[in-house]
Amino acid sequence: MSTITPDAIEVRPSALSPGRRALGTVLRSRELAVALVLVALVALTTTKSSSFLLGSDGWRSLLVNPSILIVLAVGQTVVIVTRNVDLSVGSTLGLTAYLTGRLFLDTGLPAPVVVLVAVAAGAGLGLVNGILVAFGKVPALVITLGTLYIYRGIFLSWAGSDRVNAGDIPSDFLRLGTAQVLTVPVLTIVALVVLGLVGYHLQTARSGRELYAIGSDPDAAVLYGLPVARRVLFAFMVSGALAGLAGVFYVARYGTVSSNAGLSIELQAVGAAVIGGVAIFGGSGTVWGASIGAALLVTINSALPVLGISDFWQRAVVGALILAAVVLDRVLSARQARRLAVARDVGPGHLVIEPNAGAGDKEAAR
Amino acid sequence: MSTLTAGTTPRSYRSYARPAWQRWLLTREAAVIALLVAVFAWSTVNVPNFDGPLTLYYLFLDMAPILLIALPMTLVIVTGEIDLSVASVVGLSSVLVGVFHADLGLSIPLGGLLAIVIGAIAGAVNGFLVAYVGLPSLAVTIGTLALYRGIAVGLLGTKAVTDFPEKWTDLAKQRIVEGGSYPVVLIPIAVLVVVFAILLHFTSFGRGIFEVGLNDEAARFTGVDVERTKFWLFVMTGAVSAFAGIYYTLRYGSARGDNANGMELQVIAAVLLGGVSIFGGRGALHGVVAGVLLIGVISSAMRLEDQTVNKINIVIGALLVLSVISTSFLAWASGLRSARRWPWPQRSRPDGAAQRPQS
Repeated sequence: MSTITPDAIEVRPSALSPGRRALGTVLRSRELAVALVLVALVALTTTKSSSFLLGSDGWRSLLVNPSILIVLAVGQTVVIVTRNVDLSVGSTLGLTAYLTGRLFLDTGLPAPVVVLVAVAAGAGLGLVNGILVAFGKVPALVITLGTLYIYRGIFLSWAGSDRVNAGDIPSDFLRLGTAQVLTVPVLTIVALVVLGLVGYHLQTARSGRELYAIGSDPDAAVLYGLPVARRVLFAFMVSGALAGLAGVFYVARYGTVSSNAGLSIELQAVGAAVIGGVAIFGGSGTVWGASIGAALLVTINSALPVLGISDFWQRAVVGALILAAVVLDRVLSARQARRLAVARDVGPGHLVIEPNAGAGDKEAAR
Repeated sequence: MSTLTAGTTPRSYRSYARPAWQRWLLTREAAVIALLVAVFAWSTVNVPNFDGPLTLYYLFLDMAPILLIALPMTLVIVTGEIDLSVASVVGLSSVLVGVFHADLGLSIPLGGLLAIVIGAIAGAVNGFLVAYVGLPSLAVTIGTLALYRGIAVGLLGTKAVTDFPEKWTDLAKQRIVEGGSYPVVLIPIAVLVVVFAILLHFTSFGRGIFEVGLNDEAARFTGVDVERTKFWLFVMTGAVSAFAGIYYTLRYGSARGDNANGMELQVIAAVLLGGVSIFGGRGALHGVVAGVLLIGVISSAMRLEDQTVNKINIVIGALLVLSVISTSFLAWASGLRSARRWPWPQRSRPDGAAQRPQS
């Protein structure tokens, strides 16, 4: 293990063997750190009250509660990675949740069709965001802040004073919210499948890597010939479609859709991504981290009362956690920059500067 | 050869080619003010009861917290940062005023002063993390949004403090002239508008704010203390938000942890509608004041027309989207126009070199 010094993996990962490199990357990853915090939290809470993890109810709600936020955080990550942000997901969730309820109520379509329509509607709302951001060349924060109001306004004017009640929803659809396969709730399985698909795409597919390239440096991405507008459009559509899926989840989970469905959940989704190590200025972070962050945020809410802390304080804890995550990122990146600088100053014998290294590096090395 | 021709062509400074009043009329701020006047005039004529004395009175009462917070928020956004935690500071200071009054028995002015100090500290935490630690303000203030709101809700739970002395709750709703439509809260607002307008537009500190927003590296080289500028702006935002929280508490006579939930986005929408660029470096305070009032006038006119708050939200959201889209649309259109009007096919770059043909 002595070869995986912190220096080696940060400064010159290519000097290590592939296996060691992968091990070092995993050990140093943000995902592992957040997952450990989550495991520690669950373990600590379980020692206080064993039913939190081991009771059948506790086990189920531990798994099913984060599913909505995980889906939203995955979509949010896809957008944030391109150096944009989607604040309209909460309103999209509310609108598609109500649409789902209305479709069951008015049309009697079979459930799979309803789910597809809701996801497509979410994708359509995301497409509007994407067109405005990608082709209007205006900041995503402003556009999605505007559509946050517009979508919620449409949702509330459409719903008026009536709301969707659990009695209006077919009972076999509602059973989805409680159904389990091998004690794992169906909603959680769907959320994990979505996470796997999007994560695999972002990590391996060319178009997925291009999202990271765009977020790292939009101008360079244009010069390099990447289809920036198309990719950003795609990212917003994914985010919208996943918010639509989260709306379906909402109906399946709670049965009722009232006017505050998805209210201010958008900042939680961004917070989950930030905790999971997604850089707010794009170009780095994974959906794996974001989803673990989402699970941590939701689990804290249910763990605090068990730990004897009044759940009124849960938002304060969440806030402190987000701040800690941002500060940690800063400290780690500063440390890495310092190590790189030291390795550079030690000289070319220690670290060979390759001919195609960036001009800035060469300049600094002189 | 094209380098030479471009170099010897006399430069025309197109943005200064018109007289000052024409240039002023072409600004975003003038457009917002014109829209405000137009909507106001239209509503006065067409909306029943809009010209009544109560309309303006309630408009000012309702918009006062947003107007107050929008002032320092403008300065923060001009530096290219953002503060999402303002509504949570409003809630926190509201709870603090209630707790100081009910549990500690402090008088309202003393409790309010303490709340403003704590609001300034809350802003200083944001400012320290953003300016000196160098963290992205969007992420930091999403964190403190949850943190401050969590402290506010944690202190009071679901309880509410409502037994404020009538002297003070009446003051929040009092009119300057008995029977008039201008509430007393307009006096501190007017003072703060003047203070912030001078600070932003007529001091070297204010010029520094714009410079930081345009290019903070360049600002550092010209002697602007970038960190200190940002830090103090966040402190001001915290203090003014706390003041807005005190007003909010007294106006509704109730201190609750969830007061002003979600107001941060309303404030930011108003500021952006007023012509401030989210990227920083551009904006003016008169535009922001007009933007806030525009939202207020549209809301009260639509409410008098029996429209729900939902329709009002749609209109405000659409206005926000249109206002930013129009800027880039106008830039695109004027780009087309100038390309057609200029005789030479390739425009020269500012450094005199010919631009490469775009593929």
